[in-house]
Amino acid sequence: MIELTDLTKRFPGAERLAVDHLTLTVPEGEVCVLIGPSGCGKTTTMRVINRLIEPDGGTVRVAGRDIMAVDPVELRRSIGYVIQQIGLFPHWSIAQNVATVPRLLEWDEARIARRVDELLALVGMDPAQYRDRFPRELSGGQRQRVGVARALAADPPVMLMDEPFGAIDPITRARLQDEFLNILRSLAKTVVFVTHDIDEALKMGDRIAILRDGALVQYDTPEAILARPANGFVESFVGTDRALKRLALVRADAALEPLVALAHDHAVDSGTSLRDALAFMFATGIDALSVTGAAGTAVGVLTVAGIRRHATTPK
Amino acid sequence: MLVEAWQFIVAHPDRFFAALLRHVELSAGALVIAIALAVPAGIAFAAKPRAALAAITLANVGRTLPSLAVLALVMPVLGTGFAPSLFALTLLALPPILINTCTAIRQVDPEIVDAARGMGMSRGQIVRGVEVPIALPVIFAGVRTAAVQVVSGAVLAAYIGGGGLGDFITAGIAMMALPQLFVGAVPATLLSIGTDQLFGRLQKSMTPKGLRA
Repeated sequence: MIELTDLTKRFPGAERLAVDHLTLTVPEGEVCVLIGPSGCGKTTTMRVINRLIEPDGGTVRVAGRDIMAVDPVELRRSIGYVIQQIGLFPHWSIAQNVATVPRLLEWDEARIARRVDELLALVGMDPAQYRDRFPRELSGGQRQRVGVARALAADPPVMLMDEPFGAIDPITRARLQDEFLNILRSLAKTVVFVTHDIDEALKMGDRIAILRDGALVQYDTPEAILARPANGFVESFVGTDRALKRLALVRADAALEPLVALAHDHAVDSGTSLRDALAFMFATGIDALSVTGAAGTAVGVLTVAGIRRHATTPK
Repeated sequence: MLVEAWQFIVAHPDRFFAALLRHVELSAGALVIAIALAVPAGIAFAAKPRAALAAITLANVGRTLPSLAVLALVMPVLGTGFAPSLFALTLLALPPILINTCTAIRQVDPEIVDAARGMGMSRGQIVRGVEVPIALPVIFAGVRTAAVQVVSGAVLAAYIGGGGLGDFITAGIAMMALPQLFVGAVPATLLSIGTDQLFGRLQKSMTPKGLRA
């Protein structure tokens, strides 16, 4: 768990606060996305958590510990850190890069070697093939995989990720987002994730914190932010297509209507998002389709009208 | 002429090898001292932009001074002999090493340094483990420049009584004895070329594998 209380930061010479009395709690095992326009304080807030930036006021607790009471170097070794440009060490092999924190923690060599192979496999890279390569020999997506493996090396309970997929092409990005979301969930990491891309935020976040001018505007689940934007700023920030974005977050089996005798020509899987189902229905020119469950049998019906009810903002 | 020079060497091997040894001692000594001073100074200055600028500017001025002028300027203060020559040659070697170290450290990608800090490396660990290894090829290029400059400059040490191969050259000029002049000039030239070659190879072998193109 990460608790920020009344956090304040002003950079020397700056007129306004970079972080303005921010209070925010990230529950254990959740992904919290910090998002907002440039200069909103999202990166500054993240960098305070591992003391790359020293706060001027307020407290930060990580797993109950006040970070100001911990030596910054020790603190950082207990927090995973991934940045946009990845920052792999070009003069070190992939294995040495992944082993950075375990080496700092003085693990024995055999344990480090085991851990490196384990992590490379976890992020989908064959250890035998990549262990001894150098960063410049890898593609952008592969480097980012190594960057994440390196951050996970000493199994830190908390991870900070600063636009980790910012410099990657859209197709690779979507795949890495899915993979890393699975990894982070399965390892139950508490994550603070900075991005400026609302779609990425909606996809990655258990909760999204929308910041503006250093202050917290809204902190809620993706569903709640789309359904009930706190004000006009949030509304414009999430975009005019927020109704469609909400549909992307809802699975077909959440909007089921009872099966009727009538058979439908088309069917989708129950895990399909309502947005994809709707797109499919528009493309094929139908008003209703069957939804099939895990066993492959129809469990209900999805209609355009039913989807529309889900898209309408509840008052 | 070269034959006569060779005969001179064969006739006076002690004098020749003593001069050669002195030449190498002067050069190597000056280079080692300069590395010991300029590399840590360059690293320290690199962390402070204003100090870095001042150091580089000063070093650039130092670089433009003619080698003979440096030796001449040292003489009234320190007198003549081995120590003043060593001092002057060290001064000659400092600028290229200082400039290259300072510039190379400053050119290390800030994202890499940020990642190193963010993962919990101490300042010393970042300098030793990340900044210096990445900067090493450029630092070593400065050492190579300095080495060649010192080996060439050491010829001039003869003017302030520092000895070395320059002794044969000054004597040869003074007495219009061309063979003796060659005894100094040819080995001094070969030594310079050899130094450049040697340091060029060292530079390659010192470049970390991941940074080789």
